[in-house]
Amino acid sequence: MNFKNIFDTYKWDEQKVSIYSKTSKDVELALSSKKRSMEDFKALISPAAVPYLEQMAKLSHELTIKRFGKTIQLYAPMYLSNECNNICTYCGFSLDNKVKRKTLTDAEILKEVEFIKAQGFNHILLVTGEANHTVHVDYFKNAIALIKSQFANISIEVQPLETDEYKTLHEAGVYSVLVYQETYHKEVYKQYHPKGKKSNFDYRLETPDRVGQSGTHKIGLGVLLGLEDWRVDSFFCALHLNYLQKTYWQTKYSISFPRMRPAEGIIEPNVIVKDKELVQLLCAYRLLNEDVELSISTRESENLRNNIIPLGVTSMSAGSKTNPGGYAVEPESLEQFEISDERSVAQISELIKQSGYEPVYKDWDNILTGC
Amino acid sequence: MLKIADQQFSSRLFLGSGKYGSSKEMYESILASGSEMVTVALKRIDTDAPADDLLEALKKANVKLWPNTSGVRNAKEAVFAAQLAREALETNWIKLEIHPDPRYLMPDPIETLKATEELAKLGFIVLPYIHADPVLCKRLEDAGTAAVMPLGSPIGSNKGLKTEDFLEIIIEQSKVPVIVDAGIGAPSHAARAMEMGADAVLVNTAIASSNDSIQMAVAFKNAVIAGRMAYEAGLSKINSRASATSPLTSFLNG
Repeated sequence: MNFKNIFDTYKWDEQKVSIYSKTSKDVELALSSKKRSMEDFKALISPAAVPYLEQMAKLSHELTIKRFGKTIQLYAPMYLSNECNNICTYCGFSLDNKVKRKTLTDAEILKEVEFIKAQGFNHILLVTGEANHTVHVDYFKNAIALIKSQFANISIEVQPLETDEYKTLHEAGVYSVLVYQETYHKEVYKQYHPKGKKSNFDYRLETPDRVGQSGTHKIGLGVLLGLEDWRVDSFFCALHLNYLQKTYWQTKYSISFPRMRPAEGIIEPNVIVKDKELVQLLCAYRLLNEDVELSISTRESENLRNNIIPLGVTSMSAGSKTNPGGYAVEPESLEQFEISDERSVAQISELIKQSGYEPVYKDWDNILTGC
Repeated sequence: MLKIADQQFSSRLFLGSGKYGSSKEMYESILASGSEMVTVALKRIDTDAPADDLLEALKKANVKLWPNTSGVRNAKEAVFAAQLAREALETNWIKLEIHPDPRYLMPDPIETLKATEELAKLGFIVLPYIHADPVLCKRLEDAGTAAVMPLGSPIGSNKGLKTEDFLEIIIEQSKVPVIVDAGIGAPSHAARAMEMGADAVLVNTAIASSNDSIQMAVAFKNAVIAGRMAYEAGLSKINSRASATSPLTSFLNG
């Protein structure tokens, strides 16, 4: 029994009709319920909920303060490699993008780390493409061993792995694993991922189950906003979250909201997700789930990030680079996508303080990971 | 005066240090509350930093620093975290929190008992966060706990004393101080716990998440004092109706 068994009982088109037929009455019911169901979530992400956005934001704000307090956690992504054997039509690292690739050496990793540490970061997210012959579990283990003493919390966003591999990395010091389904539309998924291991929809869908079985502390989910109807995709993502939370009940969860950004050689988004819609989605997640962490990256604009802090967000990245060596080693290497908010960590930290929140750099002790 | 292990406290209100909008706000709230002991998550302290913001503010407030194991999922991690805390903060006091369920942060009774046994042997002053389970409290006493910290309702829920009937039993039976931890959302909840005879309460969310945390800290300070005074004075019995005479036994007076 894993999520695929549940997922296979749902039909995309039926869910789409169900979401789009929600009425203001459904939204009002959802807003007034104490415990919200998946039906409530559908109402809250539906077009019928748009007039209720301010009310949703207020509730989301209150629930978030109650659970997380007036704090925002800060983390930095560090790209280790842009080698990739997949063709993903929206990604700068896509195999058919004939640009020189780079995987960081030990010395380069340490040089990047030195820069990131100097910014004050204590939580780091390691990112790669999928190149199993060079960037594999042993490569990750080595990289983690190199940096472990310098970071309180290490997350990874790399190719899907096997359960025992996740176990190995958890024991090596990985606190959380982020893996986004990109889209839950099985047929459309195939079009966006025509080649490589990633083209296997089911294997990716079952990945969070494997992470859960490994005992990893936290799992990050999300869909790539721009590939398909964000409402239906987010319904499935929330369904996934619900299932995981019940099954791997000792694990924490986070949701990210990656919106498609310009990158070298990629397609245009199929669907444009507006700021207003992103806020609606963020608030809907909080109203569904009081304890899920919600993360907003530097993909988003200054204006949105200036204003979204009190609406339910719990973590943010800052001063990010999306290319291996981007901070100090080789600033011009191929990046995954262009970031939007280019402000420094110090500026973002100040922004958080100005909003009445405390920027939190440390909320874990790596020495406890996997012990 | 409240005495836990060998230490005396004139305030029966303990605070948490999370969820504040700034270290300054936390510092001012602590001062306003009159609290003498504040718990801090080991995971939030940066021992490598030359001056950790949170720690500095707590030191300035001149309260007893009381590390907690928040974030751990089992006894093994908890014992490890307690040892780290002892080293980092130079105290053998530990607020033992083992809540493997990140949703409601429900304490794991089995792992908590196990960790208490081990930590007490290692010389720690252990104050475990637990469900309001009277039998577990007695088992923890046997294991050498310095106090018990049963919940009023889930952490951060502000729902008050949903476990009141069980807290009464715990208070009645306990040989160690009973500190009601978690769920206290309003000064009236804190006052009620004190009226019932709890030795102290621990409050975090209700103060830290308030729009005016300093004023709320003062409100809790006064509520705890009032509740304790009422307990010591002895509350009058609640009668459902007025009873003028003694109809059943008045014949004996004749």
